[in-house]
Amino acid sequence: MSKSTCFHCGLDANSSKITFDDKEFCCNGCKTVYEIFSLNDLTCYYDLQTAPGATPKDIEGKYNFLENTKIIEQLLEFDDGDTQIITLYIPHIHCSSCIWILENLNKLNPFISASIVNFGKKTVRITYNQESLSLKNLVALLSSIGYEPFISLDDYSVGKKHVDRSLIYKLGVAGFAFGNVMFLSFPEYFQVGEFWLEQFKPMFRWLMFAFSVPVVFYSAQDYFISAFKGLRSKILNIDVPIALGAAVLFSRSTFEIISNTGSGFFDSLTGLIFFLLLGKLFQQKTYSFLSFERDYKSYFPIGITKISSDNSEASIQVYDIEKGDRLLIRNEELIPVDCILIKGQARIDYSFVTGESKIVSKQSGDKLFAGGKQMDGSIEVDVLKSVEQSYLTQLWSNDVFKKDKELSFTNITNSISKQFTITILLIALVATSFWLFTDSSKALNVFTSVLIIACPCAIALAAPFTFGNVLRILGKKKFYLKNASVIEQLAKIDTIIFDKTGTITANKETTIGYEGLTLSNAEEALLKSTLRGSNHPLSRSLYALLDQNNIVTLDTYEEFLGQGIEAKYKDQHIKIGSASFVGHNNNTATLNTAVHVSTNNQYKGKFTFYNKYRKGLSQLFNTLKKEYDLVILSGDNAGELENLTKLLPTKTKLLFNQKPEDKLEYIKYHQSEGAKVLMIGDGLNDAGALAQSNVGIAISENVNVFSPACDAILDASKFNQLYNYIKVSKSAIKIIKWSFGLSFIYNIIGLYFAVTGQLEPVVAAILMPLSSISIVVFTTVATNVLGRKIPS
Amino acid sequence: MSVIYILLTISILVAIVFFVAFIVAVRNGQFDDSYTPSVRMLFEDELIKEKPKKTILTKKD
Repeated sequence: MSKSTCFHCGLDANSSKITFDDKEFCCNGCKTVYEIFSLNDLTCYYDLQTAPGATPKDIEGKYNFLENTKIIEQLLEFDDGDTQIITLYIPHIHCSSCIWILENLNKLNPFISASIVNFGKKTVRITYNQESLSLKNLVALLSSIGYEPFISLDDYSVGKKHVDRSLIYKLGVAGFAFGNVMFLSFPEYFQVGEFWLEQFKPMFRWLMFAFSVPVVFYSAQDYFISAFKGLRSKILNIDVPIALGAAVLFSRSTFEIISNTGSGFFDSLTGLIFFLLLGKLFQQKTYSFLSFERDYKSYFPIGITKISSDNSEASIQVYDIEKGDRLLIRNEELIPVDCILIKGQARIDYSFVTGESKIVSKQSGDKLFAGGKQMDGSIEVDVLKSVEQSYLTQLWSNDVFKKDKELSFTNITNSISKQFTITILLIALVATSFWLFTDSSKALNVFTSVLIIACPCAIALAAPFTFGNVLRILGKKKFYLKNASVIEQLAKIDTIIFDKTGTITANKETTIGYEGLTLSNAEEALLKSTLRGSNHPLSRSLYALLDQNNIVTLDTYEEFLGQGIEAKYKDQHIKIGSASFVGHNNNTATLNTAVHVSTNNQYKGKFTFYNKYRKGLSQLFNTLKKEYDLVILSGDNAGELENLTKLLPTKTKLLFNQKPEDKLEYIKYHQSEGAKVLMIGDGLNDAGALAQSNVGIAISENVNVFSPACDAILDASKFNQLYNYIKVSKSAIKIIKWSFGLSFIYNIIGLYFAVTGQLEPVVAAILMPLSSISIVVFTTVATNVLGRKIPS
Repeated sequence: MSVIYILLTISILVAIVFFVAFIVAVRNGQFDDSYTPSVRMLFEDELIKEKPKKTILTKKD
């Protein structure tokens, strides 16, 4: 049989046997989307990219909160009665087909007048008419074609966000001035002495002055501000010598043109600021489609259904939930507050909170915690605490989330700039006093020259360009860092702490082992047939594992929620489920999840589910153990202890039953002892630990959707590359140190000219940009070579 | 030779025009998304290809 894949989404379409238009589909959802597209002449979607789609999800009732006008008002970007504009975040956007179809939405619905995709941010900005097309229907339309938007509590303040473009303005001003000043100083460079050029010299000079003013007072203002702030808190950061250099350059040049003694250094000044800002822009690389600052708001829904005392349902905003309210939680909905189960079968998936994908069954009267996802039908609950007071959200009130990691950390540039500044000032003073005695007319000239030429722009450029480039290279390898300073922190760590579930274990996969009496063929067939009817996740995994047997049609089949399944076929009778359900009483309760089987009231055995560890785990730990202390902090019980000790190096510390606060405290304690901690986790329960650690990496199987607040996001498929990534950050530091060496050589050459009092504008104009550019070239080439060494 | 005043004025004026155009472009968000527009412009070719296809499809039905 030839392998066939779904024409729409690319998944395996062998077993479905759904064909339409001579094309195969994996499910009816995909077929429907194809039908929608072909009816509307949108099949071009499939020409741009093969199998670009996603299976549409059933969203019945999920977006009812979009009927609440108060919520809609907050989500809309623009609203004048006739026209509404909304920006929706759509995680599925991944290729050019997605852009094409989303920008042709108006062909699917005439009330959509325009839609513009921002690929980088994975958003689509839709202009529509609310009277003819409600927001709820718009979202339903998007979901029906497989582009379900992700609307969370975070979006509640949308429209008020403002884009910060100041850096690009500043860079534009500096670049504009730099170009013009260079052009105007041409006659000065060549000293042609031609009559007319001599005549116009003052005008050229004043024009250069005019161009430099906005550069100094607007483009360079951040450097002055930062230098001032640094000095006030008695820190000599790198911006101090830069600000000093820029100020001296500007005042000396202004003085020169006023006194008509020279043309000044306006070209060097504007060029310097331009390059520095360019470095900043380079370092500012952001993965705008990822969110590193996620708290519970990114996970929680905006609206929830409240049941009033007269049994009527209404969508209310999550912040409006009060203690004592009765809420309706639908299938697949997230529970936003701590509450008590009143009605319905609760089967809660706490994987957002714990990383553990096991589903927990709860009985009426049990307490449910915020962050759990209801998996099976709808339930009714009574609210115990408001959103802010719920257990999960309380975690975010911990002080670690308020602290800015970057401020508590002196980076490599700032740590050398202190000695640098002091040395330069000393050289300037010594040289000036020397000239005061030999030729006092040159003293001031020498003093300013030293400060100008020593301006550490090359040093200031080395780090931004190296880190900026490494950031980009690692991003290509699916390791996304929040900002460049994370690289530096990563190079310094000595302790690595892993969360267990979801981090070193694959989230959805398990391995299953069978213990007990051998099952006969008939029994196996019956087992398989019975499991086929069940939707329980354990049944699904077990079903997938068993060999294909002849499926029989069962005579009776009954599922007991929270207990197991019972089925009959001819004279055979089977029970699958918990130990007590199948009638097996053993007190040696194991900590692992197990499914027990009995046939014809005879106990047969159990299938035990083990966590499946990520590929290359053992190897990774063995490489890491040579240089780092390794710890596993798990929120789970010790069920996997034996398995883990076999797999991991003996030195690894294993700690189980750790609550979120315990993890945080553990890291804090080790940091107080001088450890530089790297924490790797995935669930919201690791959020505190990730924030407390020096570097917090979130592992994610889908980088677009769920990851807690962290410094970096690592794609789960690249987990075994972790060691290489740490090695790269160490090499990046080496590159920066080499660049520092290079720029010191330039500084020494420049200082020779400055100290001997022969710094001409043309020397400065050559030496200063040359040092900057060569540093940029050096770091770019070096980091690219480094990037090529990472195995993909 | 005072023509140099005119030349200079013109050249700087041109530069300023470009500069203003740059500021306007940034303000309108042209630099916010550097990827989508580059893909979007390729769609126009695809759309033309689409039209004859459409007639075939309708005939088929």
